[in-house]
Amino acid sequence: MPVEIDLRYVARLARLELGEDEIATLAPQLAQILEHAGRIAAVATEHVPPTASPLPRVNVWRDDEPEPPLPVDEALRNAPDREGDRFRVPRIVEGG
Amino acid sequence: MVGGPWEPVIGLECHVELNTRTKMFCSCPNRFGAEPNTDTCPVCLGHPGSLPVPNREAIARIILIGLALGSTIAARSIFHRKHYFYPDMPKNFQISQYDLPICVGGALEIDLPDGSAKRVGITRVHMEEDTGKTTHASASGRIHDAAHALVDYNRAGVPLVECVSEPDLRSPEEAGAYLRELRALLGALGVSDVRMEEGSLRCDANVSVRPVGSDELGTKIEIKNLNSVRSLERALAYEIDRQTRALEAGEVLVQETRHWDEDAGRTTVMRSKEEAFDYRYFPEPDIPPIEPDPAWIEELRARLPELPRARRDRYVREHGLRPEVARVLVADPGASDLFERTVALGAPPERAANWITQDLAALRKAGEGRVGPEHLAELIAMLDRGEITGASAKVALEEAFATGDPVPVIVERRGLAALADADALAEAVRAAIDAHPDAVERFRAGNEGVLGFLVGQVMRATGGTADPRRVADLLRERLG
Ligand SMILES: [Zn+2]
Repeated sequence: MPVEIDLRYVARLARLELGEDEIATLAPQLAQILEHAGRIAAVATEHVPPTASPLPRVNVWRDDEPEPPLPVDEALRNAPDREGDRFRVPRIVEGG
Repeated sequence: MVGGPWEPVIGLECHVELNTRTKMFCSCPNRFGAEPNTDTCPVCLGHPGSLPVPNREAIARIILIGLALGSTIAARSIFHRKHYFYPDMPKNFQISQYDLPICVGGALEIDLPDGSAKRVGITRVHMEEDTGKTTHASASGRIHDAAHALVDYNRAGVPLVECVSEPDLRSPEEAGAYLRELRALLGALGVSDVRMEEGSLRCDANVSVRPVGSDELGTKIEIKNLNSVRSLERALAYEIDRQTRALEAGEVLVQETRHWDEDAGRTTVMRSKEEAFDYRYFPEPDIPPIEPDPAWIEELRARLPELPRARRDRYVREHGLRPEVARVLVADPGASDLFERTVALGAPPERAANWITQDLAALRKAGEGRVGPEHLAELIAMLDRGEITGASAKVALEEAFATGDPVPVIVERRGLAALADADALAEAVRAAIDAHPDAVERFRAGNEGVLGFLVGQVMRATGGTADPRRVADLLRERLG
């Protein structure tokens, strides 16, 4: 069954800038993936608990013991820009 | 507030930073006030390929909170990724919980001003991580050029518990009582610093207004930026009034998020695009499910301390404290603990409570001190035996707070012992009479009030060590 998808909306949510040619290529591809997901969803699974993780493990956790954090210059090494010891980023304006 | 046929319906969403030693999904230290970006690692900076691993102690603490609220602890719960873009969240998603939170249901019982109690339903309590801190001011404190923001990721990944109430609250006062009770509960559990001014306890409110007697909910408005119980109560009163007026004027309200402006005393719309709320939740693939062992849950249940409500009742019942005094004591776990231990040393409960909630509370506001139960018990005992005066006791308390020295040592060192020497006292009284002939004359002419002045002169001359009642008696004797 064909799946309708608003690729422009999805791209906007993911902060992706897509050209018209990319949309033309990606829209049918994404629709195909969703159709496949739709087929899986159609299988009767009422009695199967949802799988949150493919790993057959639970309760993977650690003790509350601190370890040395990164030196501040190391932490800021990938920063596009910095001011003092803070990351400097474009300001986000709420809504608009 | 506009009266009439309207009633507000309020629910609160509270965020609590846990005071674990490390962050939620990495081993970075969790502490307040460190230098910017000194408590980070590849996990909390969202570097590709880093793997989040939950902090077991944080899970233990959210279970403790759930048990204290009477929640059901889920046999199986999972984490979800909540997606949105904001520079304070380096991964572009927050690890949170969605349809399978750790704690489901429960209630918090609150005391209302009229003395009655009310059960406020708890919808859910879930585990997530805090974000970094964004500022728009440069290091010099000036507002930076408006095009940029500065980010400190020390807080990113700090364990954050979200507690969502049912829309059971019906007034700003009830909402305030709920927030105070939750704060006291979390403080008693010791799971958080619960300092609203430092942001370790934060609160958003959902409020709508509907005709009294209606079962339907009105249009829900969310209020953010409520940084104290007072802000919460003021913002709700403002918002209830605004919505009521709008409805009475026949306006149609729209669901929106509003920002409380504490200085202006009003809420303003935070405009957000509708799609900003499309969080595209999906299960966090890097973290296997949490399935707490029932035996572990029982172990945690056994660790639950006496909860604030039960403790207040006990203070009133067993120690004869007034309910207001019990409330103030129990709201502060440090004060409450000190009270218990002081009383255990034989101090009269009401006296101990008064010292702790008044003089000592004033000192503790300025910082941590070194007063223990033995100081208070001794201070009260020396007062009762007449060995020090009330004025000297205050001085001794201050010094004990600063030095931690035993009270008798301080009394000796500072010469605070009550002036027991009858001759010395008589001499001080005589000197005061001689030095103030006008006052003496006015007193003899029938002005009783002047006696207080003369007593004050003697107290000053004796450095507060004279018993003011004895001084007054001596003055009357001499002047009568
Ligand atoms: Zn980290």
